[in-house]
Amino acid sequence: MADTITPIVMPKFGLAMTEGKLAFWSVDDGDTLKVGDEIADIETSKITNAYESPVDGVLRRKVAAAGDTLRVGALIGVVAPADVSDADIDSFIETFQSTAVVEDDEGAVATVTEPTQIDIGGQSIRVLDLHGPDGVPVLLIHGFGGDLNGWLFTQPPLAVERRAISFDLPGHGGSDKTVEDGSKEALAKVALGVLDALGVDKAHLVGHSLGGGVAIAAAAAAPERVASLSLIAPAGLGSEINGDFITTMAEATRTRDIEAGLRPLFADPGLVSRDMVQDMQRFKRIDGVTAALRAIAAANFPDGHQADLTRSRLEELSAPVQIIWGEADAVVPVAQSADLPDRIAVHVLAGAGHMPQMEQTAAVNKLLIAFLAAH
Amino acid sequence: MSTLQINRDVMARSYRAMRTIRDFEERLHIEFATGEIPGFVHLYCGEEASGVGVCANLTDNDTIASTHRGHGHCIAKGVDVGAMMAEIYGRKSGICGGKGGSMHIADLSRGMLGANGIVGGGPPLICGAALSHKLLKDGGVAVAFYGDGASNEGTTLESLNLASVWHLPAVFVVEDNGYGEATAASYAVAGTQKARAAGFGMEYFECDGTDFFDVYEVAGKAIERARRGEGPSMVHVHLSRWYGHFEGDSMSYRKSEDVAAERRDRDCLVKFRNRTTEAGLFTADELDSVDQAVRDEIELSVRNAKAAPMPEAPDLLSDVYVSY
Amino acid sequence: MSKKSYRQAINEALRQEMRRDPRVVLIGEDVAGGRGGSAGNNESWGGVLGVTKGLYTEFGPDRVLDTPISEASYIGAAAGAAATGLRPVAELMFVDFIGSCLDQVMNQMAKFRYMFGGKARTPLVIRTMYGAGFSAAAQHSQALYPLFTHIPGLKVVVPSSPYEAKGLLIEAIRDDDPVIFFENKVMYDDEEEVPDEMYSIPFGEANLTREGGDVTLIAIGRMVKLANEAADRLKAEGIGCTVIDPRTTSPLDTATILECVAETGRVVIVDESSPRCGMAADLSALIAEEAFADLKAPIRRVMPPHTPVPFASTLESLYVPDVNRIISAVRSVAPQTAERVA
Repeated sequence: MADTITPIVMPKFGLAMTEGKLAFWSVDDGDTLKVGDEIADIETSKITNAYESPVDGVLRRKVAAAGDTLRVGALIGVVAPADVSDADIDSFIETFQSTAVVEDDEGAVATVTEPTQIDIGGQSIRVLDLHGPDGVPVLLIHGFGGDLNGWLFTQPPLAVERRAISFDLPGHGGSDKTVEDGSKEALAKVALGVLDALGVDKAHLVGHSLGGGVAIAAAAAAPERVASLSLIAPAGLGSEINGDFITTMAEATRTRDIEAGLRPLFADPGLVSRDMVQDMQRFKRIDGVTAALRAIAAANFPDGHQADLTRSRLEELSAPVQIIWGEADAVVPVAQSADLPDRIAVHVLAGAGHMPQMEQTAAVNKLLIAFLAAH
Repeated sequence: MSTLQINRDVMARSYRAMRTIRDFEERLHIEFATGEIPGFVHLYCGEEASGVGVCANLTDNDTIASTHRGHGHCIAKGVDVGAMMAEIYGRKSGICGGKGGSMHIADLSRGMLGANGIVGGGPPLICGAALSHKLLKDGGVAVAFYGDGASNEGTTLESLNLASVWHLPAVFVVEDNGYGEATAASYAVAGTQKARAAGFGMEYFECDGTDFFDVYEVAGKAIERARRGEGPSMVHVHLSRWYGHFEGDSMSYRKSEDVAAERRDRDCLVKFRNRTTEAGLFTADELDSVDQAVRDEIELSVRNAKAAPMPEAPDLLSDVYVSY
Repeated sequence: MSKKSYRQAINEALRQEMRRDPRVVLIGEDVAGGRGGSAGNNESWGGVLGVTKGLYTEFGPDRVLDTPISEASYIGAAAGAAATGLRPVAELMFVDFIGSCLDQVMNQMAKFRYMFGGKARTPLVIRTMYGAGFSAAAQHSQALYPLFTHIPGLKVVVPSSPYEAKGLLIEAIRDDDPVIFFENKVMYDDEEEVPDEMYSIPFGEANLTREGGDVTLIAIGRMVKLANEAADRLKAEGIGCTVIDPRTTSPLDTATILECVAETGRVVIVDESSPRCGMAADLSALIAEEAFADLKAPIRRVMPPHTPVPFASTLESLYVPDVNRIISAVRSVAPQTAERVA
């Protein structure tokens, strides 16, 4: 019955959020929910946001209580159809909670699977491996300047159906900061290396932005290992890109410059929080990060344009492909989703910028879950 | 009496250095009186054999720290004479761009860690330079020049202790000219330099600071000891300054016949000339031609310095920091 | 990333930089502690408050050099070593001891570069403890960063938290100028998330630890913590405060300070150093000169009185600025309720 049970987890508002407080529940046990219904208010040190249901169903269990502070990704409730038995709900919760139990400052107990470091060809790569039921696993590849935390809205719901793996590209997050030539091929080698290291023969690839380009390069290099491609605002389909954004991500160090640089990511620039800016700034201060971002930018986005276009490689792939794009993307223009072969499904989402997986989480998750289930 | 078993090139270079210091300082004595040179100037005349005798044992890889009476040490360590003169005139072409002046001439590329306007400023720095030589294993030795006046500074005494505790490749050269400013060492220095060295467990050497060969040989022993990793030592150099503490000091604390006798009987250049010509190492003509070359060099350095541009407004703000 | 104390953050910065660069050496009194003792324990202290613990064991006696109690010689040695190829980190145990070695800081290291016409580099850090709060009395409690800020040629860093301490110390060690690094002795056990990686925070870039529209609080070192607490409590009563942590008093991020003053027009400066000729006076002059037209209320300064730091705990707690005094000062200049933007 697990495939009909959905975990409601502490969401991540902004790239910097590591924990949140469940301010209050907006719904009660037994309430019927539709996608987009407000189910709780979540407070972080900087923002309070309504959290909307990612699924249709009945709120079967509140795992966290109002006032609890929990790590991002921790289970706060369970949604399932009314006909799922309480025993199944119990066993689902037990399975979900079976990974590391972490006690945070406030003494609340949160359940999270912590990322681990693995060695890929001499490089230490940070990986978050969420084990789901049997099935073809999915590998999530983040974009330029991001990290695996960008999938915190995406990865747990996907892990309900299958093993879901995210990792930090070289030069990013908790991975080593050496990037070789910074090309999509070099990064794709690491992505395939992650699959090798985790014993995964074949996987669905989900890539965002630069990660989309990396996914295409991985599929071109090892087509037999790719079950499908889901590309969110992928790089490599056209030459245009927001050069200021790339420059800012690589070069900006001051708070206000970084803040200005992050705004184009979202249709709603109000989503750029102080925490998000601070997190980016702290990341950029780490030794080697600037050099890594410069190398990647030089290889992929020189002189304010995209180089190393992969559109033809994408068109030659036999694996099923879907493309998801924010209608208001101010980094990579949504127009680049045009003129693709008919077999490639293109979904343009209103109310989303370059980060639809954060701004239109429910819609993106629905598309991903359905596409992965079909292939 | 030391032998003359010294490389002839070293002797020739040393004679030229001593003569250069003498002429440089004598010329400054004249030029300062014209009012064209700003600030304070402290002359090294009479002490030339000390700086040159010590530095003849050193290379650019070794480090020295000097005093407010630093011109002689700078020349002995190979700092460019024209750039020094320009510095003393406060010109942009000076070795420090006109921002240091007489008391702050430095050239780190020559291992010259600076003249120093603070009495006792150098010995702690030399402990650090010696530490660099030791830890970077570059074979270098660090030498602190300081006077009998600075020998009473806490910084100096602390440095003697630290150098012994850390077993540093350092040499402390006390240039004892008998006066700290206007007060005699016989009044201001308690005990003896020898006892002070012993008090810090340090080897002690002494030499006649008007005899290049004596200084060269004695300092050489201390420097080679340090180079071999045998620790620091003190070299006590007895000498006399021919001019006042600074230019304009009438030396009313000293009998004029004392100075006259020093000039007459203990001139290091005369001593060097007599000994080397008597031994047939140099002819009088050879030394005369060095003297002439030096006169020309000093004349040129003064002419160039006077003609050189002054620093300008932007120079006021530059080089406070490497980056700010 | 894990929680680390201010002490651990500093220790980690030193350790990582010493691993990265063999020219980095520690010099100071009892930075290891125990040399020559009858116990034969050459690292019995690791610094008087344990900040350098473990470094002697890892790097040995050539990299972690205990000194005699002899500040003038070893602070001067640090300057001489820096000018000749090493990158020393010297520890002046308590900043109050500067009286024994100020010449080497003020007249030597600070001035080499300028006096020598830009040809010298003196890459050294002096780590030193400051601050009242431990009943350490008048000779072990002063906050003397204004003294060093006054001297051209020095950079002065006053980190306000463990994260700040690690990033700023790494920056200080890599910097090519002499840097005086002030550690507040009361903060060594403060904890927060600090990355395991090496990272550096640039000098002269102020940090806004709170943002609010009504009053600008400028605070230095440990006072940032108190200002944050005051800002959080004032927010509850509807007064929004921006808190500026300048991080470095030299260089000083005047642009950020003036921008914030332009936004709020109301300024409270919180400083633990003595009031006369101190940082608060300096900042007040800056604001009065450059942002007079923006001011809607007098500049308020929350400072100790012009006295030595007292010993008795009753007196010491009166001496050091506290949250209540900050709150009172903010209230005294805050806009009327209707005008607040929070």
